[in-house]
Amino acid sequence: MNGNIKSITDPRLSLDILSQDDVQRLHTATLEIIEKTGVRFPSKSALEIWEAHGATVDHDSMIVKAPGHLIEEALKKAPPAYDLAARSPEQDLPLDGNHVFVGTDGCGVEVMDLYTGQRRRSRLQDVGEIARVADYLPEVGFHWVAVSAQDYPPESRGLHELLAIWQNSTKHVQTESVYSIAEAKAAVEMATAVAGSREALRKRPVLSIMQCTAPPLGQDGGSIDAALIAAEAGLPTGFMTMASCASTGPVTLAGNLAVGNAEVISALALIQLAYPGAPVFYAAAQTAMDLRTGAYTGGGPEDFLFGAATNVLADFYNVPLSMGSFATGAKEPNWQAGIDNSMSTFMASIAMSDMLLGVGLLHGSRIWSYEQMLMDCEIFDMVRQVMAGIVVDEASLALDVIGKVGPGGNFLAQKHTRRHMRQLWLPKYMDRRPYNVWEEQGDGARDWANAEARRILETHQPEPLDAGLAAELKRMIKSVETAVPA
Amino acid sequence: MNETLFEAMKQSIIDGEAEDAERLANQAVAEGVDPLEAINKGFVLGLDDVGEQFGCGEMFLPDLVLAAEAMKTAVAILEPELAKKGTAREILGTVVMGTVEGDIHDIGKTLVATMLSASGFKVYDLGVNVAIGAFAEKAREVGADIVGVSSLLTTTMVRQRFVIEALDDMGLRPQVKVMVGGAPVTRDWVAEIGADGYSEDAIGAVAVAKRLVGK
Ligand code: B12
Repeated sequence: MNGNIKSITDPRLSLDILSQDDVQRLHTATLEIIEKTGVRFPSKSALEIWEAHGATVDHDSMIVKAPGHLIEEALKKAPPAYDLAARSPEQDLPLDGNHVFVGTDGCGVEVMDLYTGQRRRSRLQDVGEIARVADYLPEVGFHWVAVSAQDYPPESRGLHELLAIWQNSTKHVQTESVYSIAEAKAAVEMATAVAGSREALRKRPVLSIMQCTAPPLGQDGGSIDAALIAAEAGLPTGFMTMASCASTGPVTLAGNLAVGNAEVISALALIQLAYPGAPVFYAAAQTAMDLRTGAYTGGGPEDFLFGAATNVLADFYNVPLSMGSFATGAKEPNWQAGIDNSMSTFMASIAMSDMLLGVGLLHGSRIWSYEQMLMDCEIFDMVRQVMAGIVVDEASLALDVIGKVGPGGNFLAQKHTRRHMRQLWLPKYMDRRPYNVWEEQGDGARDWANAEARRILETHQPEPLDAGLAAELKRMIKSVETAVPA
Repeated sequence: MNETLFEAMKQSIIDGEAEDAERLANQAVAEGVDPLEAINKGFVLGLDDVGEQFGCGEMFLPDLVLAAEAMKTAVAILEPELAKKGTAREILGTVVMGTVEGDIHDIGKTLVATMLSASGFKVYDLGVNVAIGAFAEKAREVGADIVGVSSLLTTTMVRQRFVIEALDDMGLRPQVKVMVGGAPVTRDWVAEIGADGYSEDAIGAVAVAKRLVGK
């Protein structure tokens, strides 16, 4: 148990998406890419680390070419399992290959206002409010910074966002919006204060960090530097590839997997070379470019296949996986959102991805919707039930009741029925009412999700952050702000 | 007599074969074909054709980009010939484009740049992570009509305002128009920073650019 957090565990379904041979070929191809073509690391510290370990470094192009054995040896040092710690320990999340946890999606830029329904620019208050709702929902295991605090200065925005989440939730926080040295240092300091000490933070990392790679075959300098700082402090650090078929990766799926894999494992290897044994994770949100608009689709069969295939790769390297699921390209909670988010979540779950990112955003991770958030939670709950599979044993075969009822009759009045009926799944937002009721009421999933979100927001009181600690965290943020010349 | 050559030029663009386009452009130069005719009666027609097929959903973005690349190759060979004759290809306007400092999102900016150049603009693509001052300096250097600034992050979007200020400081505003774009950019933001236009996609960006140069 992880408090009241729901996860998928002990799955009874599985999928063969890549054979052992396929994985081996992808791995060999990846090593060939890293060795012959190389990966760009525009960070002085990264280049120094690579050079010290015998990789070939071109300081002008900042391209690193590393031999396969260097990558393989480095990756072996990565821990296969560890916990993401929460402010309240009973909500710690074991990333052990036998749990699938869901987070909120991250870095949205607009919010569909819960009360007016109008779309508007995101602000700090939204970050805190979304965190409060997420704190309440058992389907949400951890937070990403759901939207950006655009009413706060760019150089410290990521830190205000962290504080807002800690003030509104006891669950684990993972940020994807800290990508500079100064912010990373301050974030580590803040996490240290929350955990109690540097040692306590190392044991129970209340914060983890996710960075994007820069496809094709590149890294972002600020992100790499920030990740190195986080890893040094023992914070779990992950790298996400978003290589897109036809634009930032080859149009063919295998080639796209190889390019993304080269980006991710080269970054993970770097972290292991710098800090052997540091907790790291594989992250991916690959997709296919839309051929008509160039848009990042955030859905479709290619996404779903990537969702399952990537976990096979992460398993091969024996590190946890954070997989992009949900994150539909739809503009509102609708048919498209339902399909995208169900299929992607199912495919990433059946492969037992450790983390799924995440609920709540529309329009390719740009617009926050509380309605979508709650409906996404329902999708996860349904997938969770499917993953539990069919148990065949004496109690579930129910031979004696079958005998008792016999041909004809029904099972409604059986004690067996009452005993097991709560195993059947019940929806919160699917409409199973009679037609005429639907016709008369004229409401539906979006209305119910909206009402529920309002109720949570207005009534849920998360365990507050100690006032002294909150003040200390604020001081830390201030110090970053005053260090930056206006 | 040049009809077959022109037809082959058109086809090279439709096929998106830069090597063919290069060979045909060189052939035109060697045979003394009027370079402006080679462009307007040959290559450009190919681009028009691709544009039409894209419009009705028969061709896709990669077709368009390949065609634009082939076009660029041909024009690069023919432009010096035009200059020798003291003429120039008619262009709709000159655009300086880039993704702003601190931001490495590339695809959207590149698509906009490609579509603009395929539509007859002269485009200087400064790449990603472009310093604020570099936009203004390049704009002055090449006499730009439009500066296009792409930002995909909320943290870098604020710098679109600084680009406008830098142009102001150099005395280039309001003659040089500014258009902006990227994931967090909204109509409100465009009004707030006093930019002249924005678009949520590359096709729209061409329409905006045409409007800004009065075409
Ligand atoms: C792919 C992607 C990446 C790739 C980019 C790869 C590459 N080589 O370009 C990678 C993985 C590198 C990346 C990195 C990051 N990303 Co990113 N990324 C995206 C994503 C999913 C799609 C962008 C894209 O390519 N779209 C396809 C193109 C065709 O569309 P487009 O860029 O919008 O461009 C079109 C229009 O906007 C317009 N347009 C664009 N520019 C211009 C300019 C002008 C003048 C005009 C008129 C029009 C115009 O026309 C274009 C063509 O149709 C977006 C989400 C989204 N749906 O937009 C996030 C997104 C932009 N990224 C985001 C983030 C947070 C990051 C990172 C900070 C993550 C991290 N912690 O590492 C880093 C940033 C690194 C840095 N310093 O820049 C956030 C930003 C939100 C915010 N709150 O600031 C977004 C919104 C996703 C999210 N919610 O998390 N990203």
